[in-house]
Amino acid sequence: MDLSTLVQHIINGISLGSLYALIAIGYTMVYGILLLINFAHGDIFMMAGYFMIFSVINFGLPFFIAIPLVLILTVLLGIILERTAYRPLRNAPRMSIMISAIGASYFLENLATYLFTGVPKRYPEITWLTKIVTFGDVSFQVVTIITPIVTMILLFGLMTLVNKTKVGMAMRAASKDYEAARLMGIKINWIIGITFVIGSFLAAIGSILWGSKYPSVYPLVGMMPGLKCFIAAVFGGIGNIPGAVLGGLTLGLGEALLVAFIPSMTGYRDAFAFILLIIILIVKPNGLLGEKVTDKV
Amino acid sequence: MKKKFLALILALGVISGILTGCGGKEEVKEDVIKIGVFEPLTGENGGGGSQEVDGIKYANKVYPEVLGKKVELVIVDNKSDKAEASVAATRLVEKEKVAAVIGSYGSGVSIAAGDIFKNAKVPAMGASCTNPMVTEGNEFYFRTCFLDPFQGKVMAQYAIEKGNKKAAIITQIGDDYSTGLGNFFKEAFTKLGGEIVYHGEFQTNEQDFNSILTNVKASGAEVIFAPSSIASAGLIIKQTRALGIEAQIMAGDTWENIAIIDVAGESAEGVVISTFFDEHNTLATEEAKKFVKGFKEYLGGPDEIIPAVASLGYDAYVVILNAIKQAGSTDGEAIRKALVDMKGVEGVTGVYSFDENGDAKKDMAVIKIVKDGKFQYIDTVVVK
Repeated sequence: MDLSTLVQHIINGISLGSLYALIAIGYTMVYGILLLINFAHGDIFMMAGYFMIFSVINFGLPFFIAIPLVLILTVLLGIILERTAYRPLRNAPRMSIMISAIGASYFLENLATYLFTGVPKRYPEITWLTKIVTFGDVSFQVVTIITPIVTMILLFGLMTLVNKTKVGMAMRAASKDYEAARLMGIKINWIIGITFVIGSFLAAIGSILWGSKYPSVYPLVGMMPGLKCFIAAVFGGIGNIPGAVLGGLTLGLGEALLVAFIPSMTGYRDAFAFILLIIILIVKPNGLLGEKVTDKV
Repeated sequence: MKKKFLALILALGVISGILTGCGGKEEVKEDVIKIGVFEPLTGENGGGGSQEVDGIKYANKVYPEVLGKKVELVIVDNKSDKAEASVAATRLVEKEKVAAVIGSYGSGVSIAAGDIFKNAKVPAMGASCTNPMVTEGNEFYFRTCFLDPFQGKVMAQYAIEKGNKKAAIITQIGDDYSTGLGNFFKEAFTKLGGEIVYHGEFQTNEQDFNSILTNVKASGAEVIFAPSSIASAGLIIKQTRALGIEAQIMAGDTWENIAIIDVAGESAEGVVISTFFDEHNTLATEEAKKFVKGFKEYLGGPDEIIPAVASLGYDAYVVILNAIKQAGSTDGEAIRKALVDMKGVEGVTGVYSFDENGDAKKDMAVIKIVKDGKFQYIDTVVVK
């Protein structure tokens, strides 16, 4: 393999990996506090895509209005989801919430199919993000380079929020023992609400970057990212934010290099993700960075 | 109260899954003949399936009666999924007791449901399922379209004629249509003196093709043959061009969907596909002329583009109706016999009679290219 092909593969991998990371953070945060795997996360991501299509293509809004609007709508959707599907089950067995999450996921997918049909729709093009840059034989879109940067900025922002602010302290308290946290006067519903707000916000950012790179939205578009990012979150240690980023990057880069070095195995990328999951569950069940069980957020 | 609300939401989630699967009416009526429509309305082939259903519904509007009874369409959703397909097919034959079945878009689901129709002795008429295995060894499965070996050969021949020597193939694992077409292309292309320099595979719902395409780029392919579902098509085209690959992109009939050009934008220019029907085709039948006019109005205006699968769906309905008329009853065996003996029934995409496998005897394929953001007719290939 020549150098430019290898570089191209690595760029592909890092870019895909950071997208995984961004979405994986949403999984990990909700799990960290609620011990709930939010199966509808991928579908919130999908809805964010439709919000963008409707605001830009159907209503003709410029991007500087559409992007904030999409963020707000997605966050609202996250809040509604939490209120209707999860909050009423706060004291129910965890299995019930899990089933509710799966139900919510199917509901959103079918709702989208009903409303927007199964035909893929074009994601609006943010021209400066989709511009193609070429260095010799290596070629990529601007978004490919922007994605890891955005992921890192959000990661640091989030770490500061969790470790340095009052809200973050409340989150950490809730993640340890939310009954005790409630007794200490922390408004637990509010904190959980905030978690969903942040998770959905990240899903919306992820959807904008994803949509710029893969400009096609259909009702099942969130399924594969949802699954992969869930694996990434578990791999990195579910509940751990840097872990989610590490997991996402490992998965993205791993997939790209698998295709690069064993071209005949390209069809087994998903198998690779699952094998990674199985290995980590056997060797280190808490995930790569998951050892500090006390500090889950 | 909250619990009730939650239960309601949960129930809605479950019901919405079921509802999308049953458009037909439930009550049993004696004075109707039921025809099952076995198509994907959701899942990765939901887009194509809906177009096919449009054609079938329109045909039902044009020819609403047979044997003095009203024809009722029972539409079930096979969700582009082989397991769901068996459930949907069983429902049609056991619960709805349909006289015949039309469908499905997507060869995989048709193959999965084949035995159910065969065992129930319900004739099934595939519209656009092009994999040979759909009708092979199943005397109750017929189809109105041509087959993948034919389509693969047409595209390989076209690629060679345009002076290409190196081809890369990208197919979807577990999808009988995609792998079938890929293999037949490979066979024909190598036979004609070309070389397959790379064969990449991807899983259903994959959106990132950059890694595969980077390999394609390194392989120096002059042409990329990528038969796949509509959902992946636009993304493959877009990412190919974003990586700076200039090779000719080609695919089969499923790509003839405006959604692909919409997603891929300018990158789609020059993409070549083979398909079944074009409204500008000069060899078209009388039925076709009537259909083009009426169906455009049905879809909502003279500018609408008629998808080939809709015309095949229409044909499947016309053929089945004719067979029921010939048979004079709704008995499965009788309809099957009428289909086997059928001669010269005129449809939109050709004149129908069936060979020993139950495949429509067709020798015509249309080649189209994407130009100025539209699928444009370039050629009709007739194979002797």
